[in-house]
Amino acid sequence: MDNAIKNIIGRDISLSTLFEENRQTIEDSSSKVLNNLREQALEAFLKLGIPSNKVENYKYTNLQPYFSGDFSFSLNAPDFTGRMEDIFSCDVETLDSFTIFIVNGWYYSNNGSALLPEGVRVGSLAALAKEDPSFVEKYYGKNAPWLSDGLVALNTMFARDGFYIHIPKGVVVEKPIQVVNILLSEEPLMTNQRNLIVLEENSEARVLVCDHTLSSDRFVVNNVTEGFVAPNARLDYYNLQNQHNATTQVAGLYVDQKENSYVKTNNLTLHTGVGRNNIVLKLLGKHAEGHAYGLYLLDKNQHVDNFSFIDHAVPECFSDELFKGVLDDHATAAFTGKIMVRPDAQKTNAYQTNNNLLLTRDAKINSRPQLEIYADDVKCSHGATVGQLDEEAMFYLRSRGINKDEATILLMYAFAYEVIEKIKMDPLREQIRSLVEKRFRGELDKCHSCVVCGQKGTGNTSCL
Amino acid sequence: MTTEQDKILAEVTKGEYKYGFYTDIEIDALPKGLNEDVIREISRRKGEPEFMLEFRLKAYRHWLTMEAPKWPHLKLPEIDFQDIIYYAAPKSKPKLNSLDEVDPELKATFDKLGIPLEEQKQLAGVAVDAVMDSVSVKTTFKETLAEKGIIFCSISEAIREHPDLIKQYLGSVVPPNDNYFAALNSAVFSDGSFVFIPKGVRCPVELSTYFRINARDTGQFERTLIVAEDDSYVSYLEGCTAPMRDENQLHAAIVEIIALERAEVKYSTVQNWYPGDKNGKGGIYNFVTKRGLCKGDYSKISWTQVETGSAITWKYPSCVLMGDHSSGEFYSVALTNNYQQADTGTKMIHLGKNTKSLVVSKGISAGRSQNSYRGLVKVSKKAENARNFSQCDSLLLGDKCGAHTFPYLEINNNTAKIEHEATTSKIGEDQIFYCNQRGIDTETAVGLIVNGYVKEVINQLPMEFAVEAQKLLEISLEGSVG
Repeated sequence: MDNAIKNIIGRDISLSTLFEENRQTIEDSSSKVLNNLREQALEAFLKLGIPSNKVENYKYTNLQPYFSGDFSFSLNAPDFTGRMEDIFSCDVETLDSFTIFIVNGWYYSNNGSALLPEGVRVGSLAALAKEDPSFVEKYYGKNAPWLSDGLVALNTMFARDGFYIHIPKGVVVEKPIQVVNILLSEEPLMTNQRNLIVLEENSEARVLVCDHTLSSDRFVVNNVTEGFVAPNARLDYYNLQNQHNATTQVAGLYVDQKENSYVKTNNLTLHTGVGRNNIVLKLLGKHAEGHAYGLYLLDKNQHVDNFSFIDHAVPECFSDELFKGVLDDHATAAFTGKIMVRPDAQKTNAYQTNNNLLLTRDAKINSRPQLEIYADDVKCSHGATVGQLDEEAMFYLRSRGINKDEATILLMYAFAYEVIEKIKMDPLREQIRSLVEKRFRGELDKCHSCVVCGQKGTGNTSCL
Repeated sequence: MTTEQDKILAEVTKGEYKYGFYTDIEIDALPKGLNEDVIREISRRKGEPEFMLEFRLKAYRHWLTMEAPKWPHLKLPEIDFQDIIYYAAPKSKPKLNSLDEVDPELKATFDKLGIPLEEQKQLAGVAVDAVMDSVSVKTTFKETLAEKGIIFCSISEAIREHPDLIKQYLGSVVPPNDNYFAALNSAVFSDGSFVFIPKGVRCPVELSTYFRINARDTGQFERTLIVAEDDSYVSYLEGCTAPMRDENQLHAAIVEIIALERAEVKYSTVQNWYPGDKNGKGGIYNFVTKRGLCKGDYSKISWTQVETGSAITWKYPSCVLMGDHSSGEFYSVALTNNYQQADTGTKMIHLGKNTKSLVVSKGISAGRSQNSYRGLVKVSKKAENARNFSQCDSLLLGDKCGAHTFPYLEINNNTAKIEHEATTSKIGEDQIFYCNQRGIDTETAVGLIVNGYVKEVINQLPMEFAVEAQKLLEISLEGSVG
């Protein structure tokens, strides 16, 4: 493999032109199954473009400015000598997991596949597309809306690598599978990582995706993850976002669920610049259960937009959503929860809640809990609240000698815990619990996870 | 149980529209179509001062640059605006001196509608302004009101006789370029009501307007303006009906309310335009912009609506809470049946300090109808201690209909307390079973349950209206239990 990182500098030209100019290079280094969709994706992108806030689904986040300007693309996997563990230590330190590392959207290494049960495949999507193209073809582009969402179209144009997880029939993976996404670059960088998760019948897996930035440059991340969960399978998907303020991340998760399947997603945003999470669960088989949870703790000028869409396409399914946010300083957040109950999807139960705490005058929240219901025998509810810390609770704590700062942290922590307790993996929950507590105490900065600059001390201005 | 319910549901949905008669009155109408000359002609016929013509033309020119909104959750057919008559007046004597002079046919129409136009006016204690095909026909009770300094007249009359008030307030809450249908209305509006309550006056009777579309191919564009000065109070009612016709008719109205210091305005609507037949043919397109401005401190505006008619309803009575401590309320029952579509809700814009708003919306969908709640609660940065509670429930009667909720919460101030709650459900079989068990048949049981479900809203209506609304709900629901 070519050792140099070849970059295409944006020169402020449109992304479609950029793609067309470098199409040959992209296609030559990729596989047929991925190349097959590029032409149509380009056509869709030319039509749709990067969504502005005129697009209803993106009303509260205008991504256009973040996707313009100069940035580079890495054409090849970045080349490091040395082990990942030397430059990076995980937030979730004591977690005994099978771990893979992704650098700038490219699969890098893992910590030993001997840890995985037989038949389970975890690795690079680019490699899989070469080795087992029929498998990739079966799933690639099958549920992400790459013809109707400009960002997914953009990803499909440029996509070359990412991770894949394939759990065969009946296999239960006890250990969590951890994916560490690292962004490390000396110039502004855009990545279009494409991931695939396939769970066959009766299988079970827990996936933890951690997003980190290790250098201070501007990053634009446009991830798409497609998930396929077969009957009776169970997927727990946790996404821990801890990135610096110059990051723009769009993370799309699109999951198809068959009968009796169970999917739980949990998006934990501890630190980011501008974030957008698209969580789409399609309940396509009876008795499928979808759970979408999220927690966003924001300060400074951070912005997070959680967009969820739960599609009840068939009868007798269940869904539950809970998103909670604490907004400090000038932080802004948006939440959209869309529940669709299709005609004849009778006996649907769907619940949705969004609670927000505003801590300062400048914090801002836009919430849209929506129901679209075409069947009558359903139980659906949604609720949204915006408020402050309960004065009575505060008084209670203060009257018992707890000082104001401590009481505030306690109450915020209690507020957030409702989402944390949904994590069913004990060590992970414990770790995240302490991370959130550190985050509230202001002890967690993004250097925490970075051995390199962590050693340089806090005087390092390259750490934003 | 289910089939039984379906049967009753089917029967109920067959309920006929009882206001579907047509009155044969000579009509003085302009030819179809819309252009600047038509607007000049409308203005000329109404003997309006120059500033009104300017107002209309400006709105019209702006309208030409706009596009019909695409965002509502409605299947909206293309409307040919050149195929509509924009001015149709009953041909009658220009000035009516007593009730005897009202065209007997016209009077018969209002009698059928049950409007207490004559002696009943005393009993009912209601002052009525009746608008038929765009022109205000008769205003009762005028003298009684005049004693208190209250002005209650048609808007055309107000334009002629109180131009200063009109100049000051018309378009101040809903500017002519506000939205597509508001611009159209501002250009061509023909009549409507004007209410002015002077300082410190509590209007002794409920003011009421009845709107009726009668002539074929006409659009009705009425305009209502209510100004309540400091410390005043008024309760205003509005009712609407239309004859049964195969083609769709357009109704695009504007209601503006201004409440000054400590004033309170209560606005109630029972909307029963012709909803179209069982197959979704015909019916009124009801595109209404209603907005109240709580301009003064401690002012209050309350909207109550019972929406049972119209093929398509697009309507968001809103409150702009500008004065400190002002409050806004919105109570709504929207019932859709057959092929009706409704996209309705409210906007509560909190600007002043310590403002409060309450939203209670009850949607009922039956048949193949689509019923959406769309609401915005916005708290601006300076609106300290804003408080909002919204509840929007949907009840589904049948498996072919849809109920949707699209709330928007935009909160820019951390002292705000905002709560939103919504549920969607059908009538529980256990509830029906409970009634059946006690000897109440299923249809009555459904009526009971629906009435219980909407009680919170109906309770807000003045007495006579509440009775009418309840009856209306029953009629509209006839045959739709399931």
